[in-house]
Amino acid sequence: MFSILQTIWLTFLHLFHKAETVQYPEEKPYLAPRYRGRIVLTRDSDMNERCVACNLCAAACPVDCISLQATEDESGRRYAEFFRINFSRCIFCGFCEEACPTYAIQLIPDTEMGEYDRQNLVYEKEHLLISGQGKYHNYNFYKQAGVDMGVKGKGEGEMEEKPIDVKSLMP
Amino acid sequence: MNHILIIVGVLVLALTIAAGLIWVERRLLSLWQDRLGPNRVGPLGLGQVLADMIKLFFKEDWIPPFADKPVFVLAPGILVLTILLTFAIIPFGPHFYVFNSNIGILFFLGNSSLGVYSIVLGGWASNNKYSMIGAMRASAQMLTYEVFMGLSLMGVVMMADSFNLNTIVEAQKGGWFIIPQFIGFVVFFIAGVAETHRLPFDIPEAEGELVAGYHSEYSGMKFGMFFVGEYLGITLISALIATLFFGGWLGPSFLPPFVWLMIKTFFFIGIFILLRASLPRPRYDQLMTFGWKVLLPLALLNLLITGAILIFLK
Repeated sequence: MFSILQTIWLTFLHLFHKAETVQYPEEKPYLAPRYRGRIVLTRDSDMNERCVACNLCAAACPVDCISLQATEDESGRRYAEFFRINFSRCIFCGFCEEACPTYAIQLIPDTEMGEYDRQNLVYEKEHLLISGQGKYHNYNFYKQAGVDMGVKGKGEGEMEEKPIDVKSLMP
Repeated sequence: MNHILIIVGVLVLALTIAAGLIWVERRLLSLWQDRLGPNRVGPLGLGQVLADMIKLFFKEDWIPPFADKPVFVLAPGILVLTILLTFAIIPFGPHFYVFNSNIGILFFLGNSSLGVYSIVLGGWASNNKYSMIGAMRASAQMLTYEVFMGLSLMGVVMMADSFNLNTIVEAQKGGWFIIPQFIGFVVFFIAGVAETHRLPFDIPEAEGELVAGYHSEYSGMKFGMFFVGEYLGITLISALIATLFFGGWLGPSFLPPFVWLMIKTFFFIGIFILLRASLPRPRYDQLMTFGWKVLLPLALLNLLITGAILIFLK
């Protein structure tokens, strides 16, 4: 009996509490930088595409919403001929971002991508590609290691040792 | 002519309050749950009432093929009719009433008993298991709670020496009946909540177990009638509590009597919504046990003591 009255009284006191509501279109909720929202393709610090069209994101995607076709430019650098994400299927799990070896594909804290026409949710490469580096600055896959793509010479990468001359005895 | 104006006025007032309660309830509930509630449509979200009404009117009014059609159509009307009829006996001011009945309280009790038919028939005509269970629960609950709803009012009747609500209000000039009839008030209030089958006593429509109970199959304006009937019931019980125990339209003269009654009524409507915001639904057998084993003896005891004191004072 007493606990019932206490419950009613405590509920009544909530009249003087602040409402938790965020009045959305006028007042936006804070989204953490690592919030998994819209997917973008980023560029490196030289404004070249980071994506090397390795297909790992498409393989990791549990709902198969990513499709892309790899091709090469005249210098032999791989890039995606087309890169298509069907956001009507995407579940924003972030597996593609985890799978990406070059930090090219990233999820950003933007969720406002509503459309009236379902077909408009299919984003092509020109919609996905941004002219910035996204969350990981000053990272260039070709500067770290790997093949010479005109970005660095052999053994001149940031994390790379000089090549060892196996025919010499000098340490 | 004046009389017709009062009749139309009371009708419009009751229906306006019932419609407005859609908004009042949602806003108050949200305040008690640390939310904001509907605040977009019109100033303070008041346009929500209009929007909800338009929505209800334009919804498809579907009668299921397995339903008992005439009864199905009739049932929602009975609820609204019986409750609106009861508004006739409530005195809104010294000379502001539709029907100065010398059996006012009996009229109310009779009408509230008739209201059960609406729910039982609605549940029966729906020809649906959940509706039927809801209707059975409703009838058992109403039968239980009507017994001591009547008994709890007898203390007031004995003190005012009349069934007439106007006389009862006049008799409270020396002091509101809440003080000598506190037990009667508590029993009547609980019975009133059960009578309008509001939370925590919304067992006939318990949406967690029975979909929507007796009105599962109703849609469109027929559902709207049950909906409006529920809010009308809240308004009616609140107005009756104010009239019977809190001096009705009596109050200091800086406000007109009608305003005093409205203030008191809205206070109790607020309590109804507060109960909904705070209390969980009891189990069905707990409800019946509480009714028969606690409230009925309490009401009888109250009757006995009031009677003894009144005879002693005479």
